[in-house]
Parts: sequence; C-alpha cells; structure tokens
Amino acid sequence: MKNNTILNLTLSLIVISFNVHASSKVHLDHADTDISNTASLQNGAKLFMNYCSGCHAISFMRYNRIGEDLGLSDELVAENLMFAGNKPGETITTAMPEDAAAKWFGGTPPDLSLVARSKGTDWIYTYLRSFYEDESRIFGVNNSVLVNASMPDVLWSLKQGQSEADFDQNVRDITNFLDYVGEPAKLIRLKLGKWVLLFLGILFILAYLLKKEYWKDVKYGIWRPRD
Amino acid sequence: MKNKQNWIDQRFPLTKVWNEHLAEYYTPRNFNFWYFFGSLAMLMLGMQLVTGIFLTMHYKPDSAYAFASVEYIMRDVEWGWLIRYLHSAGASAFFIVIYLHMYRALLYGSYKGPRELIWILGMVLYVALMAEAFFGYVLPWGQMSFWGAQVIISLFGSVPVIGPDLLVWLLGDYAVGDAALNRFFSLHVIALPLILVVLVFLHIVALHAVGSNNPDGIEIKKNKDKDGIPKDGIPFHPYFTVKDTLGVVAFLWLLCAVVFYAPALNGYFLEHANFIEANPLKTPEHIAPLWYLTPFYSVLRAIPPMFGSQFPGVLAMGAAILILFALPWLDRSPVKSIRYRSPIYKWVLGVFVISFIMLGWLGVQPVTPLNALLARVFTALYFAFFILMPWYTSIGKTKEVPERVTG
Repeated sequence: MKNNTILNLTLSLIVISFNVHASSKVHLDHADTDISNTASLQNGAKLFMNYCSGCHAISFMRYNRIGEDLGLSDELVAENLMFAGNKPGETITTAMPEDAAAKWFGGTPPDLSLVARSKGTDWIYTYLRSFYEDESRIFGVNNSVLVNASMPDVLWSLKQGQSEADFDQNVRDITNFLDYVGEPAKLIRLKLGKWVLLFLGILFILAYLLKKEYWKDVKYGIWRPRD
Repeated sequence: MKNKQNWIDQRFPLTKVWNEHLAEYYTPRNFNFWYFFGSLAMLMLGMQLVTGIFLTMHYKPDSAYAFASVEYIMRDVEWGWLIRYLHSAGASAFFIVIYLHMYRALLYGSYKGPRELIWILGMVLYVALMAEAFFGYVLPWGQMSFWGAQVIISLFGSVPVIGPDLLVWLLGDYAVGDAALNRFFSLHVIALPLILVVLVFLHIVALHAVGSNNPDGIEIKKNKDKDGIPKDGIPFHPYFTVKDTLGVVAFLWLLCAVVFYAPALNGYFLEHANFIEANPLKTPEHIAPLWYLTPFYSVLRAIPPMFGSQFPGVLAMGAAILILFALPWLDRSPVKSIRYRSPIYKWVLGVFVISFIMLGWLGVQPVTPLNALLARVFTALYFAFFILMPWYTSIGKTKEVPERVTG
C-alpha cells in the first residue's frame, strides 16, 4: 500500500498513547489477586466481615449473592458472615450510626462496594500493609499510602502471631474479595469471554468462506448475468 | 411470494428501494480496509440504540438514585452488566469507528465534489455524536460525570455579556444538579438519537444519489457499459453485504475482547474516578473528559485566558470543530486520492494525524509547562493543516489518475 508509512506511524502512536497512564505518587505493591481462586475469596469474605464490616458497608452487595458466587449455603453465610442480623437477600450495611462515626473518626467510614474499581487492587493491598506507629495521630498509627488516614490499624491483631508471608496472603485475600465486590459480574465475564470469542472466531471463518465464494463472481467478472 | 411483493409494490416502493440502495446500487469493486467503517458505524448506532433501550428500563435519572441504579444494573439486572458494558465500551468503539471513517475521507478525498453535502451531513452527525456521548457520560452520576459536566457547561458561562444567564438557562439551576441530570437524560435518550437516525438516513440518501468514492478517487459513473452500469461497479448486495459481514464479525470480536476482558480499558473507556458517586463538595485532582473528546479539550486548554476570560479558548475549541466543515472548499487539489497526490500532501497529512493524536493524549494528561507548550504547538499545527490547505494542495506534482480503478 502506498500510504503505509502514515498508517504505521498512526498505529504506533496510538499504541504509545495507550500505554501511558496517570501515575501515582506513592509506590504500590502488586496485589497479584486471582478472582477465580474461590478459597481466597472465601477467606477474604470472612476476614472482611470480621475486621472491616463493623465500620465499612458494602451496600451494593447482597449476602446471598456472595453465598451463591463463593459456593456457600445460606446457612453458612448466616453463621459466618452475617453479624448484623439481616436477611440473606439484604445488602451489606454497617451497624455503626453515622453521627457517632463522625464523632469517632471525623467522618463516616466510606462504603467499600466500589473501592477496588476507583482505587485499584494494588492500592488496597499496599494501603492495608502500610500502617506505621505515629504517636502524633489519635490512634497512634499513620499510613504511608494515605497520609493521615483516620482509620486505625484494624489488622494489627491479625498480624500478631503470623509470618509476614501469611499476613500478606490474608491481605491479598481481602483485596481479592473487594475486587469481587467491586464487580461480581467479573466472575461470569471472565469465564464466558473465551466462548464468545471462540464463537465469533468460528463465525469469522464461515463469513470469510462465504465472502470468498461470492467474490469469485467479481474475480472472474461473471456477476453480470443475473437477468 | 411474487404476489405479495406486487401487493406491497403497488402501495409502497419496496422493490424500488431494495434495488436502488442494495441490489442495484453499484459500488466500486476496489474498496479496501478503510471502507468497512461506514457499515460498522451503522452497526454501532444500532447497538447503542438497542442496549440503550434496555438500560433506560432500569436506569433512574434522579441525582439521588442515578449512581445506585447503574450499580443495580451491573449487579441485579439479568445480563445487565453485559448490556451496560456493550453500551459504555460501545461509545468508545463508536468513536474509533467514526474517526477511522473520517480519516478514510481524508485519505481518498471523499469530501471533495460532488460529495460536499455527504461530508457536511457527516460532520453534523459527528457533532451530534459528541453531544450524545457527553450527555451519556453524565448519566452514571460519578465524580467524572459531574465534574466533566461542570467543566464543559461552565464554558457557556464564559460567553461575554449573556454567559451567566445562559448557564442558568441551560442547567435549569445555578449549578449542575438534578435539573441538569434530567434534561441531559432527555436529550440523551430522545432528542439526539432521533437527530442521529435522521442524519444517518440523509447521509446515506446523499451518498447513494452521488455514488461512493473509492481508493483511486475515480468517478466510476464516467465509465458505463451499454446497460448503463458502471464498468468498475458491482451490486452492493450481495457482494458488499457479505464483505461487510466479515468486517462486522471481526469488529465484534475486538469489541467483545474488550467487553469481557477489560471493559474499563484501564480507565480509558470507564474512568476510575467515575466509580465514586458525584460529590459537589469534592473536586477530583484531575478532571479529563473521555479520550474521544480530549483533542478539542486540549485546544481549549492551550489558549490562555485573555482579559480575564476563558472565552478565547472556547472560541478556539469551537473553531477546531467548525473548520472541518470547510474541508471541501479548502482542498484545491486536482486529484482526490492520496495515491495520486503530491508528496507534500502526504507529509502534511502525516503531521496532522500526529497533531490530532498528540492533542488527544495531552488532553488526558495534567497540565505542566511542557504539556502546555506542546498543546500550543500541536494546536497551531492542527489549524495550519486547514488554513494552509488551499496553498499546499495547489502546489507539488500530482500523479496521473488512471481511467479505471486499480486493484
């Protein structure tokens, strides 16, 4: 083709521009989560409900949806994940009164339904592992990812008595669970995607053969005798 | 069957329309890759309409419920996530198709006489599509929806004298809020889709009256056989219906790869900050429109405020869009296709493409002194492409255009 240079230049520029992304100021560790790992999601759900849900709601998520997606019966969900005395079909809110929360923390702890989508999994994973002692703060801790965070180091008790690797894995599971909570449909779309693409791939071959057959007429100049 | 056809034909020109626009619409046989995007644009319009109908069934245009209703679609509506992703990724895909469709016109001079009206109608379509996309992006009521609307709408406030009143009239309130969300919803689901469908109809009527251009930029109607059929033409149906089907399937493969594996495309198709509900009290660090509007956003930012007013930048942004309308009359070249144009034109077009892409890229970046300088340079180059066109298209040696299409 005669205008190859322009085309190539255009395409390579598009590729370059798509690789650049707004960079963050702090270094974030790679969360390396795997949403297809059900055991990790189950552990994440358990840890989230025990350590986080006292303050943070995930109000776009329903208890029984978690059960359905993570292979847990309604009874198991009720026993292990439901602490606020809700019904399985309800969304996961928190029992903490808003005005009290404002008094204790200076603001309502944010709903975490979509935190994985707005902040990203790497941010959550790094944030939860970045608390350090700081006597000047009200809870005695500060955070290097979110400076002057008003959240205490709630995973401190979890961290005691386990190795760093185990703790990292637990945080990874919580992150994984929040990634799932951000988009439960991710479980379906990742499973379904390959079949959709396979179907379209086969359809493409058939469409190509059909086109080739018809265009033989054009190639040999015999499309005319139609009437 | 024949009887039924007669019955209809006596009452409605069905066979006539079928023949004029499909079975006996003679299309140049040398269409290449760039000619897939017209039918793909129609496909995208259809897909956006159908997915949009289903989204409208579940979406609530109320600033108190809008954000949650989108999450309801993503979680509780059967296949809602798929419909929503097809619609949101579809918007970006639509613009990719439209930009390639317009680039095709630049490559082969499709806007040149006798196709000026097709180009004008296409440009009106493009502007309507940008408005449609902008209103659509406000509806999920996330932070970028809200602040993007805030930035774009505030541009109208910079109009001298009437600005502030115009702003209130447009918003139906003193700030972006429930009133604006409701009217944007109305424009997005009724007014603009209606305009788009009518314009597409006119665009195609005009095209089929004149006939399609082709990669050689030759008028195939100048060479007809004894039956009055262009020698280089073949019926659109079945030859291009089967060929376009191939394009449709390939395109859907790419679209589905995005929808199923990266529906937000790392923030390019759905911005991260838009997963936070709109908060009028909390301005995001960095506000950028979606990628398809960023070239013009860059032009806006490139022009510094003058006399304490942003209006010059707004005018420049408007001019950057409006100047495209004049293309058929700016181009003085005796040939249409890039294949026979002078080498000067090829270089100039290359610089233009780079400028447009760089403006788009700069539009998603934060403003730094270097970025501001670059945006000014590329804005100047963007306008130079049009303003200098009468000159550079009339100099340089063009190649001889063949009588019949090649390849």
